[in-house]
Amino acid sequence: MILRALLANPRFANWLYGFTPPERGVVILRHRRVYIVPTRMGWMYGATLVVLLLGSINYALSLGFALTFLLAGLGLAGMVHTARNLARTAVSTGRAEPVYAGESAQFHLLLDGRVAFDRPSILVRHVASGAQLVVDVPGHSLAEVVLAVPATKRGRLPLGRVMLETRYPLGLFRAWSYVEPDASCLVYPHPERTPLPPASADARGGTARARSIGSDDFSALRGYQPSDSPRHVAWKAVARTEKMLTKQFSGESAGELWLDWRLLPDELDLEQRLSRLTGWVIAAEESGAPYGLRMPGIDIAPSRGEAHRAACLQALALFRMV
Amino acid sequence: MSAIAHPLAPELRALSGRDLTGLIISLILVVAPHAQRAPWWLALLVVSLYSWRAYLGYMRAPLPPRWLLLALAAAGMVSIWSYYHTVFGRTPGIMLLGFFSGLKLLEMRNHRDAGVVAFLCFFLIITNFFYSQSIPTALLMCVALAAISTTLVGFAAPQRSSRANLRTAGLLLAHATPAALALFLLFPRVDGPLWGVPEDAYAGITGLSDTMSPGNLAHLAQSDAVAFRVEFQGKPPPSAQRYWRGPVLWDFDGRTWRTEHPVLAKFKPPEGGGQTYRYTVVLEPHNYRWMYALETAASLPPRARYTTDGEILARRPVRQRIRYELESVIDPAPDATEDPAALRRALQLPPAYDMRSVRLAHEWRDASSSDTEILRRALEFLRKGNFVYTLDPPRLGLDSIDEFLFETKAGFCEYFASAFVFLMRAAGVPARVVTGYQGGDINPVDHVVTVRQWDAHAWAEVYLQGRGWTRVDPTAAAVPGRISSGLEGAMPVGQKLPLLMRSQFHWLRALRYRWEALAYKWNTLVLGYNPQRQRELMSLVGVRDADWRQLTATLFTLLGALTAVLLAWSLRRVARPDPVQKAWQTFCRKLRARGIERSPYEGPRDYSERAARDLPQARGTIHRIGELYVALRYGAAAPPARIDELRRLVRDLHLT
Repeated sequence: MILRALLANPRFANWLYGFTPPERGVVILRHRRVYIVPTRMGWMYGATLVVLLLGSINYALSLGFALTFLLAGLGLAGMVHTARNLARTAVSTGRAEPVYAGESAQFHLLLDGRVAFDRPSILVRHVASGAQLVVDVPGHSLAEVVLAVPATKRGRLPLGRVMLETRYPLGLFRAWSYVEPDASCLVYPHPERTPLPPASADARGGTARARSIGSDDFSALRGYQPSDSPRHVAWKAVARTEKMLTKQFSGESAGELWLDWRLLPDELDLEQRLSRLTGWVIAAEESGAPYGLRMPGIDIAPSRGEAHRAACLQALALFRMV
Repeated sequence: MSAIAHPLAPELRALSGRDLTGLIISLILVVAPHAQRAPWWLALLVVSLYSWRAYLGYMRAPLPPRWLLLALAAAGMVSIWSYYHTVFGRTPGIMLLGFFSGLKLLEMRNHRDAGVVAFLCFFLIITNFFYSQSIPTALLMCVALAAISTTLVGFAAPQRSSRANLRTAGLLLAHATPAALALFLLFPRVDGPLWGVPEDAYAGITGLSDTMSPGNLAHLAQSDAVAFRVEFQGKPPPSAQRYWRGPVLWDFDGRTWRTEHPVLAKFKPPEGGGQTYRYTVVLEPHNYRWMYALETAASLPPRARYTTDGEILARRPVRQRIRYELESVIDPAPDATEDPAALRRALQLPPAYDMRSVRLAHEWRDASSSDTEILRRALEFLRKGNFVYTLDPPRLGLDSIDEFLFETKAGFCEYFASAFVFLMRAAGVPARVVTGYQGGDINPVDHVVTVRQWDAHAWAEVYLQGRGWTRVDPTAAAVPGRISSGLEGAMPVGQKLPLLMRSQFHWLRALRYRWEALAYKWNTLVLGYNPQRQRELMSLVGVRDADWRQLTATLFTLLGALTAVLLAWSLRRVARPDPVQKAWQTFCRKLRARGIERSPYEGPRDYSERAARDLPQARGTIHRIGELYVALRYGAAAPPARIDELRRLVRDLHLT
């Protein structure tokens, strides 16, 4: 009870676990952070030793004493070896590819043994979701663990607390340590696959017309943005001015597609709107036509390609997130 | 390296084929020695249970249902009960444990069950020590312990090779040894049992008993079990003088000699006499109170009792190997101060038995002027009687003495002693039977005299006026070879002798001597380690009369130190940092002291460039350090010369 109250206090928890989350870069599990207690089997082992000791005393069995004490020494050595199996491991995180809500975020964790000996049977568990894996870290080498963490909501999903545990070599003790690396995964809204809106986006709202930017009729040059298609770069102008310029077109051609917030039915709530827009982005990218995204406060010019799609989806993922 | 998803807690994981094999091998190793004690059907049953489980594991077949196991358990318990008539004794209990090990295997599904089986193996190991604590047993159990540890490591590391796991188990056992040694030497030992031990706990111990009837010494003579070992200070006495005195038997019922209720007396060392010997006896348990001593004891072991007829008794039946020091004198000055009541007792004979012998004795008495002459005539009779010494004498009827002396004329030492004392008493000379051991084998390796059960002997003591109790060995008179060259010399050619006593096995004997010397060391140093030796050890390090508190304090200090050493070892192997990384960290620290802190996003190249800009006086060095670090850290090869250069540059970098 008291412990639970104490653990709820982040400062106490940070002191207890020996670190302040989130941790940047490579986390080394110092001895201070490795905890060790006997397992259930360890307690049973202890009870066995007590019985063996009493038997040896009662029957004055010299070799009984020898066996009991050797087993006691084995328990002690097992404890040190268990702590050693985990201590000083270096944990780092790799990039986690964005996923859609409802899928599992794949967090890559790298365990660096940093020593000559093997570190077998290290259990890596994501505390919040309970996802766990067992990995052997060979000597002088790394092991990669991919933790599949369910992503239920859009936004940034932090990895959170990860427990590393080992019972190697004898299973009598359990050594564990917590890490909370500074890693997160971008979670796009869950896509709702509905038919794309009609290509000419001015079905509603006249303001769309003047602001709409297509790729039909060349209207002006503007500064290059990384998301611009290379086909729209004004290469001649680049040769002349040595500055990257993008040709801007205007027009209402059939190929121009605006994925507009206002095209959505009014009865949809925020998340449903985002889901539908996400579905549209995916469908539009698949169709191969340039598309733009327009939401309150966000305006992404029509374009195509992986980077454009990622930008649109990121905008949807983080829309109105604090 | 691939990771495996494990939805289950480690202890609920299913058992692999390797785990099962390891457990079955461990169980076989610890149960096998019990096979020689178990009834054949039980041994067969346990082997079948193991094989059944191995087969099920191999076929990946489902385990038998619970009701079947319960039925088997009940059937096994009933069988064991009906065989031993109890299940609470030591041997039945152990048999039951062995039987249950097979049943437990058959309901073992996951690692938690497997842990129970592994711990059961520990119990089974210790049950072996009830019967034997010899070096071979100890070695076999060491092998079993290695097998169990390897199996346990296998549970924790299912993906590693068995070989690697065996190596880990060996390392663990090696690390366990110092702590085990400290505990063995310093854990406060207690004398005596904590609770009552089962009645059959000491059954099957061989040795002399408190009665003697025709045949029971012959039975002992077939046994090569060690009775006791003696280490003399200086040269041991010759074989013919090595009479190890044991129980003295007074009362004869025509067939069996016995004695009851020894009367305690104050010990009075004999005066004068021949050579004095000082020696240490390591006595094997024999479940009686006698402590064997060379005739005649000149001192008593501490806390031993002494009886009127010269027996030395321990306070409790000897149920563990004990060790005591003694002094003995050969041919002490005569002591003729015996209680008349005792002398009357030494003349008692059963009425109306063996009349032919009684008549012979009366003839001797009538023809002799003194007890000494009667004695001489009796020995003459034995010497000329053509007696044969045999371990397999013909069975005797009701008048056993008459039949032996006049008809069969073949027997073992107890026949001679019994008949001789009978004749003496019939002739009016007080006499008694003394049993014990004669001779013993001197090991040329360590000069320890080993006395075995086949050295069991019986002789007589007669009371002569003016001389007191005098030893007479009628066997020596009748069959002189028995005493001068042992059992072997006394036996007619062609008689069955214990294997190792046959002369054609000299090389085997030589080997046996070496082994015996080792076993003696083992017995005294390991098995004979007791509270007294513990105190001796502590006085070696300067603590006199250490009690349990001092022992515990020393023990825990030592254990703490050992754990610290082990921990330091585990850190040493881990904490050796990369020299490149270490040099770089020193470099960063030096720069930080000058106010140039590295930002988290800053790479080593950017950082060193910035530092070089801010500290123009050390620009060249800083640049070089950054360059070397990047090359060594991220490059393919790390030539030692460049590592040395980096370390030197960092060391010599002074930013003042």
